[in-house]
Amino acid sequence: MTGKDDDKSFIEVRELSKHFGEFVAVDAVDLRIERGELFSILGGSGCGKTTLLRMLAGFETPTSGRIFLDGVDITDQPPYERPVNMMFQSYAVFPHMTVEQNISYGLQKERVPQNEIASRVGEMLALVKLEDYASRKPDQLSGGQRQRVALARALVKKPKVLLLDEPLAALDRKLREHTQFELMNIQDELGITFVVVTHDQEEAMILSNRIAVMEQGRFEQIGTPKEIYEFPCNRFVADFIGTINTFEGVVQTSGEGTITVASDECGHSLRAYCDTPPRNGSDICLAVRPEKIYISQTEPDNDDDSCLRGVIEDFGYFGNLSLYRIRLQTGKIVQVSAQNRRRSTERFLEWDDQVFISWRPRSAVVLEN
Amino acid sequence: MSAVTSRRGDIWQRFAVAIPYLWLLVFFLAPFAIILKISVADPVMAQPPFTPAFDDAGGLQISADNYAFLLTDKLYAITYLKSVLMALSATALCLLLGFPIAYGIARAESATRNILLLLIVLPFWISFLLRVYAWMGLLNNYGVINNLLMWLGITEQPIPMMYTDFAIYIGLVYSYLPFMILPLYATLERMNLDLVEAAQDLGATSSRAFWDITWPLARPGVIAGSLLVFIPATGEYVIPYLLGGPESLLIGRVLFDEFFVNRDWPLASAVAIVLVVLVVIPIVLLQRYQAKAAEQTA
Repeated sequence: MTGKDDDKSFIEVRELSKHFGEFVAVDAVDLRIERGELFSILGGSGCGKTTLLRMLAGFETPTSGRIFLDGVDITDQPPYERPVNMMFQSYAVFPHMTVEQNISYGLQKERVPQNEIASRVGEMLALVKLEDYASRKPDQLSGGQRQRVALARALVKKPKVLLLDEPLAALDRKLREHTQFELMNIQDELGITFVVVTHDQEEAMILSNRIAVMEQGRFEQIGTPKEIYEFPCNRFVADFIGTINTFEGVVQTSGEGTITVASDECGHSLRAYCDTPPRNGSDICLAVRPEKIYISQTEPDNDDDSCLRGVIEDFGYFGNLSLYRIRLQTGKIVQVSAQNRRRSTERFLEWDDQVFISWRPRSAVVLEN
Repeated sequence: MSAVTSRRGDIWQRFAVAIPYLWLLVFFLAPFAIILKISVADPVMAQPPFTPAFDDAGGLQISADNYAFLLTDKLYAITYLKSVLMALSATALCLLLGFPIAYGIARAESATRNILLLLIVLPFWISFLLRVYAWMGLLNNYGVINNLLMWLGITEQPIPMMYTDFAIYIGLVYSYLPFMILPLYATLERMNLDLVEAAQDLGATSSRAFWDITWPLARPGVIAGSLLVFIPATGEYVIPYLLGGPESLLIGRVLFDEFFVNRDWPLASAVAIVLVVLVVIPIVLLQRYQAKAAEQTA
């Protein structure tokens, strides 16, 4: 067999599948993750993301396909031999051991000399700020502290890859935000490759260098958070990440990057920019994020923009922004969000107000059917 | 309004707590006191066959003669020792057999799990006595097992199994195994499986993970199951009487004989009291140990 090829990625998954009887949990996926990346696998429940993670950890045997880590085929290695560690969703902190015993457990199994164990455990306790809790038992810790024990316990082994299964799901909102940044700092400091599995798109967006959106055992799109959000490659990804308005239509004129689309749904023709314009007459879908849409009471005078008329059906005040649901004359509902820039107790817009909504051609994503 | 309901709730709460206390008082503590009283009386040929606690003049008449007798006659010490050892061995055998069974059930699919649990509990539908009698039919010199062995040609002569210690062990383990399995199952079923995987992930082989994680976490179940087997097995009467030989004299048998054959109620009561003390000591020690462990973590 060959050694390390230059074009080989740090983690390389080839045609990996996992079947449970008739059910296909993971369907021949390919994946490359680079050294030091913070990579997220994002998907709803039952999409196969956890199965994929468990195959990386060695808890599930793949039905077919191979997994390479740093050029070595680890597919047939048992979990205890892989240079990979996992942080479980339940944290799985050993309840009958103290914090210190929990963290040193992995080193003891590796038969690391006692004095080295002591110093490495000390370092880890400092890293996760649990020095004062070393002799506590897990039932005397808060959820956030337990999570840090689980993190320290996995990191102390200096794994090549750390797998994190829904790392923040069990924490409350304030703590999550704090922990997110702490995780990123630790990852940055240690340079260990992190692979995170999550159903929470916000978590994936903030944490990751790259995201793989998974559905029914396959990857729908792999890219940076920005690419995934701004340039979703299909309707599933567009819909899954954030909120998006979709307009079905037929391409009328196509050329010079800007296309015109006749949309019966909104009773108007819309304009969009597209690098590789679809053919005239093809059915497409335009997708526009709520924050890319302007809302105004007077008609905007830019011919390039797509502009529609409607009435405010409903709105929600979120403090920093307001969310409007606007009903077009055709009955279609469009969601628009606007920053609350002005400080005022009076409302800028009310129910049943006639408004114009508009967006730039480059704001719309063209999704071909 | 809320004060009223809470006060009423308080009364109900006290009532609910009082029931088990009352139960223990009437059905455990009172009989125990009676037995204790009889154990310090002297046997007389009368109805009831023991002297009252107070003589006609109102003076207290109690004696420790019965306890002294238990100490002087070596037979009792030997019988107690044999009973405890046999119960301990039976407990160990139950644990050895019961742990893998409980583990298997706890890890089975939930549909199969219910069937397996039902199979464990099912024998209780048949009278305990009948089940022991059934073992007599199986273990006899010309019983099912010997007939099968002879038919297979494994042995020419029937292997004597009935009326041996072996038969008693069969009976004890068979009868008390469910009491080991059920508490073990309850602890194992509650255990988070991630813990075992986490241990493996951190470098432990499956067997290492078992001894580091599963076994210590199963300890409450092991303790509960062992007590549930050990305590009744120590004083077991029916199984040694029906399956054991005349030489396998156990304390339950001694107690029965003193009571019904010799009609020496005071001595029988003393035997019973000592038995209770013997069984209670390990429980108290265990509780102390657990309290200490709890204190250390606190």
